[in-house]
Amino acid sequence: MTEVTVTTAISTDPSRRARLAEFWYYFSENRGAVIGLVFFVFLVLLALCAPLIAPHDPTIQYRESVLLPPFWEEGGRAAFLLGTDAVGRDMLSRLIYGTRFSLFVGVIVTTLSLVGGILVGVIAGYFRGWVDTVIMRIMDIILAFPSLLLALVLVAVLGPGLTNAMIAIALVFQPHFVRLTRAAVMTEKTRDYVVAAKVAGAGHLRLMFKTILPNCMAPLIVQATLSFSSAILDAAALGFLGMGAQPPTPEWGTMLAEAREFILRAWWVVTLPGLAILATVLAINLMGDGLRDALDPKLKRS
Amino acid sequence: MFRFLLGRLAVLIPTFIGVSIIAFSFIRLLPGDPVALLSGERVMSPERHAEISHQLGFDRHIVVQYLDYLWGVLRGDFGLSIVTKKPVIDQFLELFPATVELSLCAIIFAVVVGIPAGVIAAIKRGSIFDQIIMGTALVGFSMPIFWWGLLLIIVVSGMLQWTPVSGRISLMFFFPSVTGFMLIDSLLSGQEGAFQSAFNHLILPTIVLGTIPLAVIARQTRSAMLEVLSEDYVRTARAKGLSTFRVVGIHALRNAMIPVVTTIGLQIGVMLAGAILTETIFSWPGIGKWMVDSVFRRDYAVIQGGLLIIAGVIMLVNLAVDLLYGLINPRIRH
Repeated sequence: MTEVTVTTAISTDPSRRARLAEFWYYFSENRGAVIGLVFFVFLVLLALCAPLIAPHDPTIQYRESVLLPPFWEEGGRAAFLLGTDAVGRDMLSRLIYGTRFSLFVGVIVTTLSLVGGILVGVIAGYFRGWVDTVIMRIMDIILAFPSLLLALVLVAVLGPGLTNAMIAIALVFQPHFVRLTRAAVMTEKTRDYVVAAKVAGAGHLRLMFKTILPNCMAPLIVQATLSFSSAILDAAALGFLGMGAQPPTPEWGTMLAEAREFILRAWWVVTLPGLAILATVLAINLMGDGLRDALDPKLKRS
Repeated sequence: MFRFLLGRLAVLIPTFIGVSIIAFSFIRLLPGDPVALLSGERVMSPERHAEISHQLGFDRHIVVQYLDYLWGVLRGDFGLSIVTKKPVIDQFLELFPATVELSLCAIIFAVVVGIPAGVIAAIKRGSIFDQIIMGTALVGFSMPIFWWGLLLIIVVSGMLQWTPVSGRISLMFFFPSVTGFMLIDSLLSGQEGAFQSAFNHLILPTIVLGTIPLAVIARQTRSAMLEVLSEDYVRTARAKGLSTFRVVGIHALRNAMIPVVTTIGLQIGVMLAGAILTETIFSWPGIGKWMVDSVFRRDYAVIQGGLLIIAGVIMLVNLAVDLLYGLINPRIRH
């Protein structure tokens, strides 16, 4: 029953504002999703205002205060709220600046794989035939490798660094978007409104990107939030393996790699960057769950 | 069933050829001279270069080189490691049991904890149990496992001193490898405490590697159970007066398991390919660590061969899962 009322609500008032209001209604019903959103906005502000908020420069080494614990522990100092790392850099400032890198990685990787995946997927699903076969076989080949291993090897080829890590991860994530787009385009393509547009004389490009694509976006948006968080995780993993952002960049994964030898001596240099990664990824995944509830009518109220 | 198998093979073979082309071109796409990279000799005279180039077959047409490579691969020849000069396939076979042992333990852990957790969450939907289980599952799903491993080492190995930090067994024990599985070999050796040591070494890696599959399985079991529990045949079973245990355990769970089995299969495929992060953290001598070490040693021959073997293993496991899936769910075959 609920589904029926929802669809009529959309069709009687198709204005953008009503759709947004309906979306927000379902999204805000999920408490976790709202918490995730609030935390995410906080992270974005932190990233944007990092130079204003951070108490120290993230790369300055205070040689006289190496491996200081957080202020509440014995030996901690108020000048370094969350302590310092092995070469005397302020942990809090490095964590704040780290937000920039992680969110940047998420945005770039998701945009690259989303745009690339949509382009290729629409072409495959719209034209079918040999174009489709060739594209899907290539995607199968990429999916035949474990994604992190493939990203690792690609970075080894391209050279270690954050930019190459992002390119590698985007390439590895792309097939998921291609498959989703293709499947959605294939089901939409035979619908009446598409046939009507075709009869009215719409060209291929218009049919593909103006008529069909907007109706395929829901699963893609959900997948995009999922790959946003996976991209952050994978980039941190590559940084941890020494193939992502290079020291002294305050990237969370790289910070963890540098901290490995101190795990039994200074818990804060290991615990805090990982906690930052976990909290960020968790917030995005919570939002993703809410988005899925709000966008996917089949799963609504499950 | 036979047609189903043929259909799967028709997709698998071109994919494997594509994968072999990628592995083949990998060494040629690297910046630098592939002859120097493969021989591991940095400085060489033009004569020496020509000699090695001829030895490796680089002076032939590229298509001939590829076909030769593919022919070698089909006979099990994946090249020689640059560092150890041993055949890549031998090294793989030597390390593979460690990865298999760890993966199996991790997947058993994930299934044994994940499925009951998902079932309980579904039955007690909306309750505090459901919220706790699903909340934990979401945290597990979002976990950076390399950090999770370090955290467990700090707490369990460092503070509590319960488990060792790395490796497969204490250095005190030495016995010949029979099966390659440390748990079995240690029992066969008959040495006192050997099995205990092997078991303790496995605990933390198993938990770390099993965490994400566990979360995925719990989430999926819950949603599959919820779907099944609202079906008519479950209501009929309840109406017949069957106990909740029978209704949930026999009628509902069986059907809910169909999507979950696929997930488990796919996870096994990914794990067998080597748990790069887990194996690196715990110095577990398996396929994942081997690949990471090879990347750092610039052992391009191992990377090239290893990529192809790993992709092959994943494809075979996925094929097996597909066939198994066809067996438990006849609808899919058509």
